Amino acid sequence: MREKSKLLFLLCLAVAVVAGYMFIELGPNWDYALPRRAEKIAVMVLTGTVIAVATVLFQTVTNNRILTPSIIGLDSLYMLVQTALVFFLGSTSLTVMNKQLNFGLSLVFMVAFALVLYKTLFRREVQNIYFLLLLGLIFGTFFGSLTSFMQVMIDPNEFQIIQDRMFASFNNVQTEVLVASSIVAAAIFLYLIKFINYLDVLSLGKETAINLGVDYDYTVKRLLVIVAVLISVATALVGPITFLGLLVVNVAYEMFRTFKHSILLPASALVSVIALAGGQILVEHVFSFSTQLSVIINFVGGVYFIYLLVKENRA
Amino acid sequence: MVEVNSVSKLYGLKAVVDDVSVNIQKGKITSFIGPNGAGKSTLLSIISRLISADTGEVLIDGQKINETKSRDLAQKIAILKQSNQLSLRLSIRDLVAFGRFPYSQGKLTKEDHKHIEEAIRYMELEDLQNNYLDQLSGGQRQRAFIAMTLAQDTEYILLDEPLNNLDMKHSVQIMKVLRRLADELGKTVLIVIHDINFASVYSDYIVALKDGKIEAQGTVNEIITSLTLKQIYGMDMSIQEINNQKICVYFS
Repeated sequence: MREKSKLLFLLCLAVAVVAGYMFIELGPNWDYALPRRAEKIAVMVLTGTVIAVATVLFQTVTNNRILTPSIIGLDSLYMLVQTALVFFLGSTSLTVMNKQLNFGLSLVFMVAFALVLYKTLFRREVQNIYFLLLLGLIFGTFFGSLTSFMQVMIDPNEFQIIQDRMFASFNNVQTEVLVASSIVAAAIFLYLIKFINYLDVLSLGKETAINLGVDYDYTVKRLLVIVAVLISVATALVGPITFLGLLVVNVAYEMFRTFKHSILLPASALVSVIALAGGQILVEHVFSFSTQLSVIINFVGGVYFIYLLVKENRA
Repeated sequence: MVEVNSVSKLYGLKAVVDDVSVNIQKGKITSFIGPNGAGKSTLLSIISRLISADTGEVLIDGQKINETKSRDLAQKIAILKQSNQLSLRLSIRDLVAFGRFPYSQGKLTKEDHKHIEEAIRYMELEDLQNNYLDQLSGGQRQRAFIAMTLAQDTEYILLDEPLNNLDMKHSVQIMKVLRRLADELGKTVLIVIHDINFASVYSDYIVALKDGKIEAQGTVNEIITSLTLKQIYGMDMSIQEINNQKICVYFS
């Protein structure tokens, strides 16, 4: 029951922060500001939830609490796709091209990559999730190098357009894909419900999970695809932001100290929304847009991790 | 009955399990013994579908395991591997409750709670049941994992070196529990075990593996002889009869 009340507290806090973002210093032109703020906050709620869920799933599958899905190179692939579009089709492609089409393209590439990665692993004699991570890490670096290679070749003006995409920012979100990505995320969450019971068992490790009757390969493959789709949704909306997941998921773990995904998933999502909306309030009203949300989150996250390290050391 | 029909498993070019065929009798304790690297654990993993065999097949009650649904198998056969390091914050009771997953898929029923209580009592963990795993000694943790396997309530119970990390008292306690499972509840128990005296005193059948092949199999009296053990381990042992039990003295 204590878990339920903590969850309720987080929910209230999240609602308060979201309301705060909507109404602080609204000014006389509220009929102009409100819809725009609503759009932005919708992006934050969606991104926050999606990133948190993807990170929890990824950490459960890998049985490792300090990994984020970015390790298998999903965000690097996104940057590669964006850069390649500009490289081959020119910068107008990014601005002229249908945003939905761009979103769909990134989605297809990232899911296909996750599947190829898994297939490669599956054919191997020794099936080891760490092999998959290593492979992903190498691919991620490879994509990163290809991306920088193309970036130094293109026109500096065109590079600036890519640069906007390189850093997560809520000041210029891609609201055009909000509807499409909400639909994709909703569909994926519905699909995830099918696997939700297996998550607790998967966190016990591969052998125990198989012993308890989980079809391991089937489940893990589908969970990885779910992670890939969720990450592409978040990345397409605001840019590479997987670092956020690591922070919020660990805050949720620390707060609840439980293995139950029925608690962890909503808790991480709420912490994530609070961090994003709260951080954006700071960016807009305290720092007057002089900094980026990602900088604040990195700073707070860093401080928090040092605190965790010091605390663990003492225990 | 568990039937293993000419099963092989290769790692690279080396056959870890090499054309092994063996039948496991129902309601008995069968111990797998043999030197390190003989393929005992691999064989146990193949029988319990944790890893797949390269050739050959395993049948449980006449059904091929690779053609049976994983969830159905989980209600029939339970395996506990040797290393059980968990980074989760889990109480003993939570862990044991996971043993009911094949039945309830996470939503515990009254029946499930009954089995959980029973398993905890069997392993004498009542006083510790709300402790977290990371606060336990190696032996207590091992007992908690065995309790989870018991809660799974399967006909076949496979344990890979269950006596690891345990002192004599708890080793004897666990072997006695296994004996009761076989004698009172008619469960079939397969264990990989290194201490041949535990194998000699508490099991019904012994299967000895060496270099991936079966070196000898039979009842305890057939296997625990100086000659057979010399073949298996390549060292001289004298067999003493103490209280009607065959004890191997291998300290030279």
